[in-house]
Amino acid sequence: MLTHYTHSLTSGPRRNTHLLLCWLAFFSCSILEPKKNTATKPEEHADREPKPYAHSDPKIAREIQAEEDEDEASRMFRNQYDTDVTTWSPAGRLFQVEYAMEAVKQGSACVGLRSRTHAVLAAANKAASELSSHQRKVFRVADHAGVALAGLTADGRVLSRFLRSECINHAFVYDAPLPVSRLALRLADKAQVCTQRSWKRPYGVGLLVAGLDESGAHLYYNCPSGNYFEYQAFAIGSRSQAAKTFLERRFEGYNDYTPDQLIRDALSAIKETLQGEKLTSSNCTVAIVGRKDDGTVEPFEMIDNKRIQEIIESMEAVEEAPVAAAESSSMQEDKGTDAAPMDI
Amino acid sequence: MSRRGDWVYENNGGTCVAIAGADYCVVAADTRLSVGYSILTRDHSKICELADKCVLASSGFQGDIKVLHKNLAARELLYQHQHNKRMSCPAMAQLLSNTLYYKRFFPYYAFNVLGGLDSEGKGCVFTYDAVGSYERTGYSAQGTGSSLIMPVLDNQLKSPSPLLLPARDAVTPLSELEAVDLVKDVFASATERDIYTGDKLEIVVINKAGTKREYIELRKD
Repeated sequence: MLTHYTHSLTSGPRRNTHLLLCWLAFFSCSILEPKKNTATKPEEHADREPKPYAHSDPKIAREIQAEEDEDEASRMFRNQYDTDVTTWSPAGRLFQVEYAMEAVKQGSACVGLRSRTHAVLAAANKAASELSSHQRKVFRVADHAGVALAGLTADGRVLSRFLRSECINHAFVYDAPLPVSRLALRLADKAQVCTQRSWKRPYGVGLLVAGLDESGAHLYYNCPSGNYFEYQAFAIGSRSQAAKTFLERRFEGYNDYTPDQLIRDALSAIKETLQGEKLTSSNCTVAIVGRKDDGTVEPFEMIDNKRIQEIIESMEAVEEAPVAAAESSSMQEDKGTDAAPMDI
Repeated sequence: MSRRGDWVYENNGGTCVAIAGADYCVVAADTRLSVGYSILTRDHSKICELADKCVLASSGFQGDIKVLHKNLAARELLYQHQHNKRMSCPAMAQLLSNTLYYKRFFPYYAFNVLGGLDSEGKGCVFTYDAVGSYERTGYSAQGTGSSLIMPVLDNQLKSPSPLLLPARDAVTPLSELEAVDLVKDVFASATERDIYTGDKLEIVVINKAGTKREYIELRKD
């Protein structure tokens, strides 16, 4: 082989390259083949892991098996299509974008909710260690809008700066605040660019954009994929499902909520994500923006710690009061009124 | 003045004055906008509040002044976002100077007077030429009536010479009310002889309590 190669060195440049490429192709095929192809075959894999359930009807059981095999096969080849964002998988997915959305799920929780006139953002503070300060997750973007982010906070910081300059430029040219839907759109377009350039990567941060414009208060969620949706209430980040379940039960009344009620619900939602840990003003941040009944605008501002602590304490008092009332009414004789404890 | 076909500026007239006190600053400007021998409007503000302790008054070409004020306000908002606090008056003074010099070869036709409180709460006034040369002083006047007003302020506010050592403070020992009265008198005098000054006087007073605005009638001829 080696002598053949040295002989071809004298035969001119074009033939040399041709032979070199053949040699490399042969070499890579034998050495660089992925190991996993030889290791897992669907039947072997099925024997190792017990099936979650076995359908009694054999025909349906076969269909389920075929589906699982398909999934298994696509999972097997996932790593071949996830190297860069400009590669599609055979199933029509961009894995890099999906991985970026995973990064959002790893960040600490954020929730947003809105009524017709006010929008509230709340975030659970996470500190890198006991010695450090917690990461800033809620940013003011303009007087009328702000964002809360989950995921790679560095990406979020850069995006906040972009949003701020967009708002300033719009106000400079049009002498009016940038409507929140347009703000979300600019952000989404910026995120989409990173999903279609081979030298870029998607932003690893999900943003809850809350703001007030002529048509009222709005809340948007912007994904790393470049998608964005408007929400009445939403939660993102780790353990956000607990918050989402809480919000799903209550969101239908939010349009008529007072700002105070919105803040309470936001804090309760954050509390759900803390799962056992005590909610204090030091492990959450809350911000609100809205238009009061008399038409004056409350600009986007973080609520200071003292007020948050007061609200948390009053929330805890309300929780304990019905419990105490229930205990006392069960101990006493029936006084005649059949009011349930919650009705007091 | 527009004998040249390419003259892109126009002087809309007006006068601006600022006086610094120990813990306050008075910034005043008339509200007349003119072109040539005509009056465009009697009710136009030349004053722009850039930050809570920083107020800019400019006279000259209104097109350039509008855009200059907008530019500075946008830069101040950016500063707020980045530093989590409002811009101080000395910082704004430097920014204004840089902004003006940036257009050294196509200047903003704006004659500016910046007034406010510095980081220690003392009154400060910065006076500019059209291309950004600036100086911190105790008082200043700019605009069409400046040559009528400045000698009177020199006489009344008696700023010590900058050649003295140790450096003496240029801020006036007058109280806030006395300074506002002086401003009213000085504008009344300028209105008599300067055709571009008159109609209404807008006075903004900045002290640690905040900003206060006042309007005084001037001669309308």
